[in-house]
Amino acid sequence: MTWENINWDEIWQATQDTLTMMVFSMIFTVILGLALGVLLYLTSSRQLLHMPVLYSVLSFVVNILRSVPFIILMIAVMPLTEAIVTTTIGVKGAIPPLVIGAAPFFARLVETALREVDKGVIEAAQSMGASKWDIVRRVLLRESRPGLLAAITVTAVTLVSYTAMMGTIGAGGLGDLAIRYGYMRFQTDIMIVTVVILIVLVQLLQVLGDWLVRRISRR
Amino acid sequence: MQDVTKTYRSAGGGEVDAIRDITLDVRKGEIFGIIGHSGAGKSTLIRCMNLLERPTRGTVKVGEVVLTDLGERGLQRERRKIGMIFQHFNLLSSLTVRDNIAFPLKLAGHTKPGISRRVDELLALVGLQAHGNKFPSQLSGGQKQRVGIARALAADPEVLLCDEATSALDPQTTNSILALLMDINEKLGLTIVLITHEMGVIRSICDRVAVMDAGTIVESGNVLDVFLKPSHQVTRQFVDEMSDLSDGAPLRTRDNSRLIRLHFVGEETYQPVLFEALKGSPVQCAILQGTVSRMKHTPYGQLLVELSGGGPGEADAVIESLRASGLDVEVLPE
Repeated sequence: MTWENINWDEIWQATQDTLTMMVFSMIFTVILGLALGVLLYLTSSRQLLHMPVLYSVLSFVVNILRSVPFIILMIAVMPLTEAIVTTTIGVKGAIPPLVIGAAPFFARLVETALREVDKGVIEAAQSMGASKWDIVRRVLLRESRPGLLAAITVTAVTLVSYTAMMGTIGAGGLGDLAIRYGYMRFQTDIMIVTVVILIVLVQLLQVLGDWLVRRISRR
Repeated sequence: MQDVTKTYRSAGGGEVDAIRDITLDVRKGEIFGIIGHSGAGKSTLIRCMNLLERPTRGTVKVGEVVLTDLGERGLQRERRKIGMIFQHFNLLSSLTVRDNIAFPLKLAGHTKPGISRRVDELLALVGLQAHGNKFPSQLSGGQKQRVGIARALAADPEVLLCDEATSALDPQTTNSILALLMDINEKLGLTIVLITHEMGVIRSICDRVAVMDAGTIVESGNVLDVFLKPSHQVTRQFVDEMSDLSDGAPLRTRDNSRLIRLHFVGEETYQPVLFEALKGSPVQCAILQGTVSRMKHTPYGQLLVELSGGGPGEADAVIESLRASGLDVEVLPE
């Protein structure tokens, strides 16, 4: 095997595209997923809001979005993507499907992390006259920070593989390179380079995430 | 509390009254204890006092405010005047000791310099000046409860509710926490309501007590009255646990003897009453069991005494003379 097919400029460009997709989809995923996760937690039975019907509806929608394989979901939401960002290709066109795919997943992780918060601490806050909003902001989100950070790390790693899949429908990035050169043209060297970059990316995310979790855990 | 009932729906669809028709009046400035076995409903009762549990029926009044009539906002405001501490401390693990104590002050919207000054005062009050910047996981159980107490006192409450506050602590730490509670009760004139399953807690700091069983209050009154003359079986159990006195029957050693139980309260505990009564009498006495101790500030004692010897009626004369000197004498059946 030779390394003659490799165009490092192209690989650098693809890496940048992948990172751009990651950063923007991550921002929106965290915002939407956090809101959805908090809502799931609060509306579930015996929690602060206790709205079983709303919880069932939200939970059902989240389950549907999570059960459709991402490779199908990203195609199915194309009309929506077009409506939101006026294109379905490129880095811009990749962000809505990525967020729609990752936010429900992240929301479930947020719900789980919030459940880990000691009920006694919530009760203590109530006894001090905290409002529901105080409890979300000052107790739940604060006490679950290690869990939330771990959830962000897992979601970021998932998004790496989602962005690679987006490469098949014209999003660009490392996945696109791997498929066009590595798969379609049998250029194994390019395949190896892209895969190695993706592995390094995932490792970096995980190490960074774990380090942050360790730093803020006080248990 | 007036006729408070809390009903839970059980999983099977049935309804269970955790507490039933409870009427309770806690006086300003006193330490009021509620004792009961687990499952007696005392935890529900104390949670109904600040409406962490909303009673199914009945009214809860603190000072002049009827809590059960308040909406959410009003209740939040009133709760700031009712501190609460917990068996498992319930501190925020992600905040330092200082920030935990500052939590209720931030909720109430105090300014930063004000908060800092108040936190310093509270740290000094509970003796944790050196630990302000530690996290709860770095503290011992007793220290965590001190943080809990400081946090509960931060917003200058009028009432402090203690939910099994010493049950997770070892005996020595329990005593130091109880001493702290008694201290703040006296210093700040704070009304304290506590629930516990430990007689020792009631005995060492409470003024009045209510005994709970199966969701109702079976006996209540001054600690001394209730525990020296228990009338309900559950109360007797608690008293027995503490005093270790049995009913005496297995201890009877001689024929033709009389068993009597003497109750001393207050100063007479330290008087030589028994000696005086037996002086000049042919009756002999043997002390089979006894305890001399204190409830809060009042000394008390109980002695199980066997009287033997002497002619007929002479033992009775001794009993009469003990009664005449103000003792409470209980003659146990043959």
